[in-house]
Amino acid sequence: MNQAISIQNVNKSFGKKNVLKDIKFEIMEGKIYGFIGPSGAGKTTLIKMIVGMDIPDTGSIYLLGEKMPNLNVLQQIGYMAQSDALYKELTGKENLMFFASLYQLNKKERKNRIEYAAKLVNLTADLNKKVSAYSGGMRRRLSLAIALIQNPKILILDEPTVGIDPELKLSIWNELLRLKNEEGKTIIVTTHVMDEADKCDVISMVREGSLIATGTPEQLKEKYSAQSLDEVFLAAGRKDQ
Amino acid sequence: MRTLALIKRILLQIVRDKRTLALLFIAPLLILTLMNLVFNGKTVEPALGVENGSPQLIESLKESEIIVHEYEDISDVEKAILKDNLTGFLQIEGTETKLTLLNDDPTAAKSIEMKVKQVISKELQLQVMGMKPNNDSIQTNYIYGSKDTQLFDTFSPILIGFFVFFFVFLISGIGLLNERTTGTLERLMATPIRRGEIVAAYLIGYGLLAIIQTIIVVLFSINILDINLVGSFWNVILINIVVAIVALSLGILLSSFASSEFQMVQFIPLVIVPQIFFSGIFSIEGMADWLQVLAKIMPLYYAANALKGVMYKGLSLSEISYNLYVLLAFAFVFIILNLFALKRYRKL
Repeated sequence: MNQAISIQNVNKSFGKKNVLKDIKFEIMEGKIYGFIGPSGAGKTTLIKMIVGMDIPDTGSIYLLGEKMPNLNVLQQIGYMAQSDALYKELTGKENLMFFASLYQLNKKERKNRIEYAAKLVNLTADLNKKVSAYSGGMRRRLSLAIALIQNPKILILDEPTVGIDPELKLSIWNELLRLKNEEGKTIIVTTHVMDEADKCDVISMVREGSLIATGTPEQLKEKYSAQSLDEVFLAAGRKDQ
Repeated sequence: MRTLALIKRILLQIVRDKRTLALLFIAPLLILTLMNLVFNGKTVEPALGVENGSPQLIESLKESEIIVHEYEDISDVEKAILKDNLTGFLQIEGTETKLTLLNDDPTAAKSIEMKVKQVISKELQLQVMGMKPNNDSIQTNYIYGSKDTQLFDTFSPILIGFFVFFFVFLISGIGLLNERTTGTLERLMATPIRRGEIVAAYLIGYGLLAIIQTIIVVLFSINILDINLVGSFWNVILINIVVAIVALSLGILLSSFASSEFQMVQFIPLVIVPQIFFSGIFSIEGMADWLQVLAKIMPLYYAANALKGVMYKGLSLSEISYNLYVLLAFAFVFIILNLFALKRYRKL
């Protein structure tokens, strides 16, 4: 199995605040990797650096063997930001079409991928409505569809299930698992909900800019002899201090 | 390819936003029409009270378009002026002449003062030389315009340039600002698009709108408001396209220093209003030297020069090309700065 992502000794500070401290880890292809941690722990900063929107002060990040930031690698990354970045004056279809064009899909690919992505997030019937008429959940689903539009090898999802009802949350997670199992996608998600962390292959717990524990959910529970990941998080944090 | 997709999206967004479309295309026409009406209003004939005027004097005053009210034995001139709504009051006692002016509007006061002085000196000439002076003794020639030239004829080219600048600045600035505040700019930066492609798309997308706006405004001004156009119509369009590019690049540049629409609007008194002062609506030659230097760093100064040159003076493209080059230099600098400003969103 190949390495999809490699983060090497990354440090980042904004002004005097040290947001990320000596982060290092590797992600294998075809795995779901979860970043768990409270708001403000530095998850989004790390995600932005993986996507190449920001650069680390020290250390380096490699995606699919290429050093970031790199425009060509971005073609292989599906990104879903924490807040929905959609054009509200346009319809769902026009939004998908626009992003498909940015990834330079040809006409036939565009049509197929839009159909596929819309069906996946269950928005086919609402594609011709303007996004301003969408509910919060529909917008979240459209964002996910956009992340999938160019059939990327790596999916990077920043809190994909925030503000989504439990039923939809379950269906999105089932879809992520299917993408991993059937299409071999590498998926990174951030979340602060521990029950979602249980579904990841590997999780890293982030606290105040440091990775305090990394492993499979079972390994972590065993290591800290805890019943749930909540307890692991508390135990790991205590040990760290 | 990506630029094309972005241009398509920008135009689609604008077309969906009817209010902005109206602002872009109809608001300049409304304001131009209004200003045309305001500046081309008929001049009101001033009313002058006269005491002890000779019939001949009164006749001459009437000839110079003054409404004459005759009075006798007035003790309180001020009261008479206020009561009868006069612009001035002329008292003649023997060889002494006394003119009292209301002076609530200095322009009207100066104008009636000049007319009265002219009439009186003519009367004196008549008495001394015993002959009627020839009114047509001075023949006036005009290099630009004609004797029918109105203030608005010299203003209107400047106004056209100003509207193109102002509306394009505002709408493109807010356009990119929305892209930033809704997070879509950040989202764009997670795709393989280049920063240059984004700047190019904004310039071309809003540039197309500016071209349509310019054509509508110029056609409307010439055909409906009857504004003078001595030079070539196409040169006017060309100048305005260059003006639009400067406004566009400045608008999207300043939008990176604003974090909300409200802050974008705050740039208007800082960036737009001073440019009006230096656009040539007020005489620049009369300003202090250091102020004149300030005028030279205002894009609208060059835009106004070029437009007035073509529309009013009938200059050719080569005669105003210096102004166009300076405008293009402004645009070039702003575009380069834009590329750097976008670095905040992605280092590459």
